[in-house]
Amino acid sequence: MTLREIVALLDAEVLGAEVDLDRQVPCAFASDLISDILMCTKEPTLLLTGLTNNQVVRLSDMIDLIAIVFVRGKRPLQDVIEMAEERGLPIIASKMTLYRCSGILYNAGLRSCKI
Amino acid sequence: MADYWNIAPGMESALKECFTRDVEADVTLEFSIPEKDFNNAGKGSSEVKNLLKRLGVDSEVLRRIAVASYEAEINVAAHSIGGKMTSLIYDDRIHIKFEDKGPGIADIKQAMVPGFSTADDLVREFGFGAGLGLPNIEKNSDALHISSEAGHPTLVEFLIFFT
Repeated sequence: MTLREIVALLDAEVLGAEVDLDRQVPCAFASDLISDILMCTKEPTLLLTGLTNNQVVRLSDMIDLIAIVFVRGKRPLQDVIEMAEERGLPIIASKMTLYRCSGILYNAGLRSCKI
Repeated sequence: MADYWNIAPGMESALKECFTRDVEADVTLEFSIPEKDFNNAGKGSSEVKNLLKRLGVDSEVLRRIAVASYEAEINVAAHSIGGKMTSLIYDDRIHIKFEDKGPGIADIKQAMVPGFSTADDLVREFGFGAGLGLPNIEKNSDALHISSEAGHPTLVEFLIFFT
């Protein structure tokens, strides 16, 4: 599945600088807890979260995040968007809940990341 | 002081020596970690990871080092009154030490239980406080040593080998 398909399925908006939406996404993980997210050390992963602080972007320095989807209509502040741009990390905002976003992507064939 | 060790059986003497033997590292990096500074917490771990990446360390090993280091760095920022991290890089391994100024861990065994957390509201607002910090450090490191006691400084140190 590509980022472009994910943006369409989640009726989402791409924030910040233009990014390559044709990048393939093999798997995803969803959580609002940072230590949970850090269980994803095995493979590049799409992250779905309601956390919008700078530490979520900092996580992409530690593990391999393909992109972040902010759920429930949450939007990060400009400095967080800039941090993501510096790292070339696509960030996407959807108004849907975490549960709904996860369900839609799972039904469309996007699997869970290995932990 | 109470000590906690997690070392694979049969490796005790060799790995404890890696923690204690005074051998000069090829590269030493030090970062201070101020109390509750969540704008900067994690920068030290990012820099260590970037350096090791340039040195050609395998990407999965890199992620393990970065996650263990980041969790420990966040722990110092979230739970202590401040401290520092010292990364000692050798040709086959990294040894990272996190030393804070207190207030110490009352019961290390309990702190190792996944889900147990003493994080306050500010810390939880950032998405920390899952109670997985120390378990994640243990899971990602090859050897772990914690030394602490209520009312005293805490030392958390771990070893990760590059191959």
